[in-house]
Amino acid sequence: MAEALDYTDRPWLDPEAEPFIKVQSVSKHFGDFTAVDSVDLDIYKGELFCLLGGSGCGKSTLLRMLAGFETPSSGTILIDGQNMNDVPPYERPVNMMFQSYALFPHMTVWNNVAYGLRRDKVPKSEIQQRVDEMISMVELDQFAKRKPHQLSGGQKQRVALARALVKQPKVLLLDEPLGALDKRLREQTQYELMNIQEQLGVTFIVVTHDQEEAMTLSTRIAVMDTGRFQQIGTPTEIYEFPNSRVVANFIGNANMFEGRIIENGPDHVIVESNDPKCEFFVDHGMSIQEGTKVWVALRPEKVRISKESPANSSANTIRGMVHDIGYLGGTSTYRVQVDGDHMIEITSPNMMRPRDASPPIDWDEEVYLSWDASSSVVLTK
Amino acid sequence: MNQKRSIFLLSTLAFGIAFLYIPMVLLIFYSFNKSKIVPIWGGFSTKWYVELFKSPEVWDALTLSLKIATVNACFATILGTLAGLALVRFGRFRGRTLFSGMISAPLVMPEVITGLSLLLLFIWLQSAIGWPSERGFSTITIAHITFSMAYVAVIIQSRLAGMAQDLEEAAQDLGAKPLRVLTDITLPLLAPGMLAGWLLSFTLSLDDLIIASFVTGPGATTLPILIYSRIRLGLRPDINALATIIILVVAIGVLVAGYIMLRQQKQRALDMQMTAEETP
Repeated sequence: MAEALDYTDRPWLDPEAEPFIKVQSVSKHFGDFTAVDSVDLDIYKGELFCLLGGSGCGKSTLLRMLAGFETPSSGTILIDGQNMNDVPPYERPVNMMFQSYALFPHMTVWNNVAYGLRRDKVPKSEIQQRVDEMISMVELDQFAKRKPHQLSGGQKQRVALARALVKQPKVLLLDEPLGALDKRLREQTQYELMNIQEQLGVTFIVVTHDQEEAMTLSTRIAVMDTGRFQQIGTPTEIYEFPNSRVVANFIGNANMFEGRIIENGPDHVIVESNDPKCEFFVDHGMSIQEGTKVWVALRPEKVRISKESPANSSANTIRGMVHDIGYLGGTSTYRVQVDGDHMIEITSPNMMRPRDASPPIDWDEEVYLSWDASSSVVLTK
Repeated sequence: MNQKRSIFLLSTLAFGIAFLYIPMVLLIFYSFNKSKIVPIWGGFSTKWYVELFKSPEVWDALTLSLKIATVNACFATILGTLAGLALVRFGRFRGRTLFSGMISAPLVMPEVITGLSLLLLFIWLQSAIGWPSERGFSTITIAHITFSMAYVAVIIQSRLAGMAQDLEEAAQDLGAKPLRVLTDITLPLLAPGMLAGWLLSFTLSLDDLIIASFVTGPGATTLPILIYSRIRLGLRPDINALATIIILVVAIGVLVAGYIMLRQQKQRALDMQMTAEETP
């Protein structure tokens, strides 16, 4: 017998776990426009789940359906086993943090945070205590008596978070939570958000268009495009094993090659690409016919660049000329021209400190690009 | 070049101001005229003011006008706000376009037409149900409400459209039922618009001559009707005195409002500066 697996951090792998939120073939139409197209989704307790996609992909509409501001045209949404279709927003066990923060401008910070508890008729002394606690958690004690317009962007963001969390919702919905902050504040807030989520154990559903944000924050990501999920998985799965060109291109950068399967062995496949002329040896078998048209995605950081020809094989190697170098300090980005005017992008860490300021690989130099048989990803769509 | 332009600008400014204010200055000047015949200066005197305050007619007209204006402003604000809310926040409903077009019709309708049609309505009502038994305070007030509420609805509409809906959604999300959202969030945020609507209705009513003269009856004379009927018998210095007082009241009102706005602006600038300094 296999030993019992620990699923605490990965509840979606546990066959016995009951999803906390079930979205069942939900669609939303606005007139002729289909914003969300028959999607299914299971989200488990304690997850930090990201809906990732470009603008107009339907992620915000889905979030608004979870909050209750839109009703699905068809399908059902279950939260904690309860059908939410006819439940108005003010009776749902979820709270939302708005992209604009939507702080009530005529109330102080303290009253903003207390608003939800007052609506629930919580006793006064308890309100006092819970609001004070929440305000200290987001470190806004000295700002409690301020009005929203007297706060900076980061402070407003924390008020919005406190206001949404003080009711201890089962699920917190966050619409572009870091979108309005500048870069430095964003990175810092990202980790704060993760700590708070871990501390309170609330299920977070985050909508974002920022892939970096999604990668750092989430336990799982759903990549959305034109109202459908392209792929749902952990950040690693999505990045290392994308299931389509859309996903591979949306998450991080990828060099994309179009080609055909020319050999299909039990433990390997070989893909031949014509433009640029190149062969890919991939170290796993695929249930696919020889001759099928496929695409190969190759991440820039998985390609080695060197001036000497790599020792072994001719597959997974290509010769080219350095066209551009972007020196970023820790890493360098090279754009290498291969076989005509095809460009391949490579990111390479600058591990050695050079003896002088001249770069180890220079513009217009002949270089060899090579990669491991496990590095390339074969995509069929 | 620059010099030239500034002379040109200054002279247009001077001309514009003169165009606006010379009539009023003349009016104030002649209100202190001792002579009864307006264009002839007979020396300085305040006797027209004294006479004005002694005249019960003027006082009656003023009280009536203020009463009508107050009642009108209150009703118009309530009804106009409701109409504005319905148009902007209820989403699409049957007849929304028609309603939204109709609400702004009184704004463009010639006052003579509005006055005439209202008069017709009142006469028809009187013969049909016996009310209003006589035209006066109530008919003028109703007539004023009908056009004032259109103005309020337009103000509220534009303010609501500029007000992000996510504040109301946030309140709902935190557990407020729709009515609660209205009283806690929407109305407080609409308050400046409602105040503006109230003031506008008040002034419109105080100002109205045409509609009031259509729907009024014997015994109910508003201030504009009184002024107009007296002027028809010739320019009179006591009316000048009355107009001077009105100008004074309006000027004080504008100055106070300007001062309050200036203070708010300064406060806001101060707040911005404060947050900017605290942000790490």
